[in-house]
Amino acid sequence: MGFDADAVRRDFPGLDLQVHGRPLVYLDNAATTHKPKVVLDEYQRVYLEENANVHRGIHTLSQLATEDYEKARRTVARFLNAATDDEIVFLRGTTEAINLVAWTFGRERLVKGTNVVISGLEHHSNIVPWQLVTDLTGAELKVVPLDEHGDVTIEAFEATVDANTAMISVAHISNALGTILPVKEICQIANSRNIPVLLDGAQGMSHDHPDVQALGCDFYVFSGHKVFAPTGIGALWGKMQHLEAMPPWHGGGEMIETVTFEGSTYAAPPARFEAGTPNFAGAIALGRALEYLESLDEDAMVAHEADLLAYGTRRLEEIEGLRIIGTAPHKSCVLSFVIDGIHPHDIGAVLDQQGIAVRVGHHCAQPVMAHFGLPATTRASLSMYNTRADIDALVEGLKTVKMLFS
Amino acid sequence: MNKLTVEELYDTFEALDDWMERYKYLIDLGRELAPLNELERTEENRVKGCISQVWLVADPITEAGTLNFRADSDAHLVKGLIAVALTLFNGKNAADILATDPGDVYGRLGLDQHLSVNRRNGFVSMMQRIKGLAHHSHTA
Repeated sequence: MGFDADAVRRDFPGLDLQVHGRPLVYLDNAATTHKPKVVLDEYQRVYLEENANVHRGIHTLSQLATEDYEKARRTVARFLNAATDDEIVFLRGTTEAINLVAWTFGRERLVKGTNVVISGLEHHSNIVPWQLVTDLTGAELKVVPLDEHGDVTIEAFEATVDANTAMISVAHISNALGTILPVKEICQIANSRNIPVLLDGAQGMSHDHPDVQALGCDFYVFSGHKVFAPTGIGALWGKMQHLEAMPPWHGGGEMIETVTFEGSTYAAPPARFEAGTPNFAGAIALGRALEYLESLDEDAMVAHEADLLAYGTRRLEEIEGLRIIGTAPHKSCVLSFVIDGIHPHDIGAVLDQQGIAVRVGHHCAQPVMAHFGLPATTRASLSMYNTRADIDALVEGLKTVKMLFS
Repeated sequence: MNKLTVEELYDTFEALDDWMERYKYLIDLGRELAPLNELERTEENRVKGCISQVWLVADPITEAGTLNFRADSDAHLVKGLIAVALTLFNGKNAADILATDPGDVYGRLGLDQHLSVNRRNGFVSMMQRIKGLAHHSHTA
């Protein structure tokens, strides 16, 4: 059975817009995805029917909110195939999750003389937290170089990891180019050397359903808003043995066991890392978004996205002077490109006038741009609700760009 | 030198039918803008922006106390926007520059999205630098 992208699209009311008098063609999904109506409804329902602080009250509303919040935790755990629900920590998103691991787990391991290995494809949020920590501890940041396709090969990875590597933190999928990293192989090598691995799943969640036990990683982190849920919510999955050994990061309510002025003792995970009132409405909506995703035919969705990538690549390559940046053999549906003599800013502005939303710039991955000697690219990033018609609209839009600037 | 007036810009923009015609005109304005030479495209003259690069040079203040700027960008539309800005600011004294709200003009031209959409746009930073330089010359 095929994947009915048009039917899926109808579940997303935010796509049914006019921009500058033209139907919206939304191709900026790597930045954020749209939300299905079931998620929007659920988000509102929480505030209408069970608005109360979780884990606090004995009253009915608080109990309802707490039950749904913990149900969302179970949903995330199931989606990721976590060993236990308590391995899921709700946080603001990928950035906060990486910072948490860097400042607790990382800070204790990354002593002087050790190193943390990342790849040349990382988003700034998987670079800067490690720089902050290693600057403090004197550990080294090592980077796996990219090849000419914007790919991370196992050979390059093995050549970078050494006897002093204490941590590995790499993207599952590159936001700037769409490269799917060989994360399973990376984890296998890391496991054989007893090096913990964090996978940045910001892009992986919606395109390459992660099974954390099958992958063999130690941490997997993601943002809800990139997987059809609201902003301001995301999660960290960590192996319980690690979470239990990690010190708290943020102090406050909910993360404690006992508090006196002489000292405090801390709650067990995940509460230890959820200081303050959590974004329970966001978490419940995130759970709903993952349930929605689970209701779709995953194999058909993967095939649909592969078709979009193949079709989009072929159509864009027909445009004279256009060069696709990032041609790794394993890619998600991201089309990052440059056109001879036309600045990405100009491309983005003219596409916008035609209702086509793309990202232009360095995509918060300046080292990736530097690798290709480019200041910026134009990036069309697709999602399951995009269709070939969206790609056709992009191609027509780019013809107008070429006409205007030739 | 750019002899265009703001009134002429309004008239031309109004006479153009659709966004594509206006963009074409804007691109042409940018193409007519004298480029800065390599020696002027320095890091010091670069206005930091996220997407497009902009370089801005302030000429010495004239005896009449007016300021003149020259600027360049690697993006065509931004060059057009710069041409509009220079039309607006060049030949004015510092007090007049500080009193000018470019938002009004760009709003009337239907180009205000370029001012607000991307806060890290080099063009927006350029406006801030022009005002900063005017303020500096005003108080110096």
